Amino acid sequence: MKNILGFDVPDFIEGFGEVEHFTGSWNKLKNSIDEQIIAPPVKNTLAHTSKMRDSLEAAIDACNPHDGMTVTFHHHLREGDYIVEKVMFYLASKGIKDITLASSSLTGAHDCLVPLIKDGTIGQIFSSGIRGELGKAVSNGVMKKPVVIHSHGGRARAIKTGRINIDLAIIAASAADCEGNCTGSYGPSAFGSIGYAMIDVEYAKKTIVVSDNIIEYPCIPASIRQHYIDHVVKVDSIGDPSKIATGTTRITKSPMDLRIAEMAADAIEHSGVYKEGYSFQVGAGGASLAVAKFMRDKMKKQDIKGSFMIGGVTSYCVDMLEEGLFGAIFDVQSFDAAVSTSVYGNRNHIEISSDQYASPYNCGCMTNKLDIVVLGALEVDVDFNVNVITGADGVVRGASGGHSDTAAGAKLTVVVCPSFRGRLPMIKQKVQNVVTPGDTVDLIVTERGICVNPNSPNLSQKLKEAGLKVVDINDLKKEVDGITGIPVEPEHTEQIVGVIEYRDGTIMDVIRGVKTK
Amino acid sequence: MEVKNSAQAGTFESSDILVMIEPVDKGSGITIDLSSSVYMHYADSIKTTITRVLNSFEIKDVKIIAKDKGALDAIIEARVETALKRALGIQQGTL
Repeated sequence: MKNILGFDVPDFIEGFGEVEHFTGSWNKLKNSIDEQIIAPPVKNTLAHTSKMRDSLEAAIDACNPHDGMTVTFHHHLREGDYIVEKVMFYLASKGIKDITLASSSLTGAHDCLVPLIKDGTIGQIFSSGIRGELGKAVSNGVMKKPVVIHSHGGRARAIKTGRINIDLAIIAASAADCEGNCTGSYGPSAFGSIGYAMIDVEYAKKTIVVSDNIIEYPCIPASIRQHYIDHVVKVDSIGDPSKIATGTTRITKSPMDLRIAEMAADAIEHSGVYKEGYSFQVGAGGASLAVAKFMRDKMKKQDIKGSFMIGGVTSYCVDMLEEGLFGAIFDVQSFDAAVSTSVYGNRNHIEISSDQYASPYNCGCMTNKLDIVVLGALEVDVDFNVNVITGADGVVRGASGGHSDTAAGAKLTVVVCPSFRGRLPMIKQKVQNVVTPGDTVDLIVTERGICVNPNSPNLSQKLKEAGLKVVDINDLKKEVDGITGIPVEPEHTEQIVGVIEYRDGTIMDVIRGVKTK
Repeated sequence: MEVKNSAQAGTFESSDILVMIEPVDKGSGITIDLSSSVYMHYADSIKTTITRVLNSFEIKDVKIIAKDKGALDAIIEARVETALKRALGIQQGTL
């Protein structure tokens, strides 16, 4: 059936089951939730016994690996991650089949998993993002069951309800002690916040902390605490530090991105939401991070202090914290090496779980307190829907991340996007796949003008009064199509290769396979 | 007109197209060897644009090698025209 956003989602999906349809971004959460939640497992240990295992393999063997098990990881090691590969290939070598892989996200470091899907080791995938060769393989229909794409908040929800019922959680840490107290904030492979793993250890039946840096007890500060951890293992390396986090993130030099960012910052300034004590989140991508640069200048000039930032934290955010422009940073994931130092040393830089960050199923996540968020897009449409999961060729190559969580929570959601990229127009009549529904997006800022969601007429008025270039999104689409020409859309197969879950667990869209030529 | 010399115009830069022209035997027709970063979306459109410029110069026999990185139509036209004028020896001044 066609859902409320006009996307075709069947009532039943083979390999997935019955579909609870998306009915609006806050519709389900308006009422109290009577969904079942699972209790964390009861565990016991005897006094003065050791959790240290001789090897990763021995630790896994001690966790009763079995067919159909669910294994989770966190993606703070990004492109540098070695652990997912090591664990999954060891499980494969033991002949374990039909594993549900539920990493908080998957990156280019996970191209290696394709053969494990083909041989039946991996039966299903839950993830925020899928990219690279893995994305291509998924789009080509390699999985029997569709992958489930969730938001960061949606993942925390799914773990609480048992939708993702964790048998084994692997936690990679850059420093850990013999009891499993651990952190990512220091050590040779430091990666900053370990926020996504915090929820896993609470609910997993078995947990293993893996670190290349086992230190004297106790590990202080401990981001994850010992009473959740079953086994601890020392490995030579948890990943390639040069791909985990390096240096500082620089502001883009692209004139196009800077232009878009400046326009977005001007729109934020005159939105009515930017004022003393506001809260702010920006993405780490080119134009969205550049918005932070322009906001920093404005805040200094106008002597405005913000309350807190959340993220997805780059060193640029840390600079703003240290300058006193914001009072605190709540950090679920850090993007560069300089951030780790701040997580470790600055008490106003607070590590949070994905549950506290964005879950719709708790007493109040940080995104619900967010005033302004700036987000990127792979493409948008005239209804303000945003796609961040499939590329122009229809292949899975992105991540849901906190996109829909922050858009839903923020008072002002700004999407920055060039009007076209490499000839391809970015404003569609309808996005190929929707990750963030249009009713949670206020502004789409392109270099050719600012589009205001028609359900915010006051905002449109304010921006026009400030002399900003406000354009109707349909007019802008026509203008851009006139420049680029209308592209031929990719051909899809009937096979549903992915299911896009909204943060509340309803299904918003499905990803169809792509015909390879 | 008849193409007697090889020539080229354009670059490998993003949003540009590199157009190379090679003479062929009379009667062998027009062949366009296209590679593009947006092949799936614009291959036919790019070939149509190239052919349009060739027709305006009444070229019947030529081989075009085009390496596109998302050039807009006007850019494609300009690069093909310049390459053609160079190949035909009718380009005035430096372009």
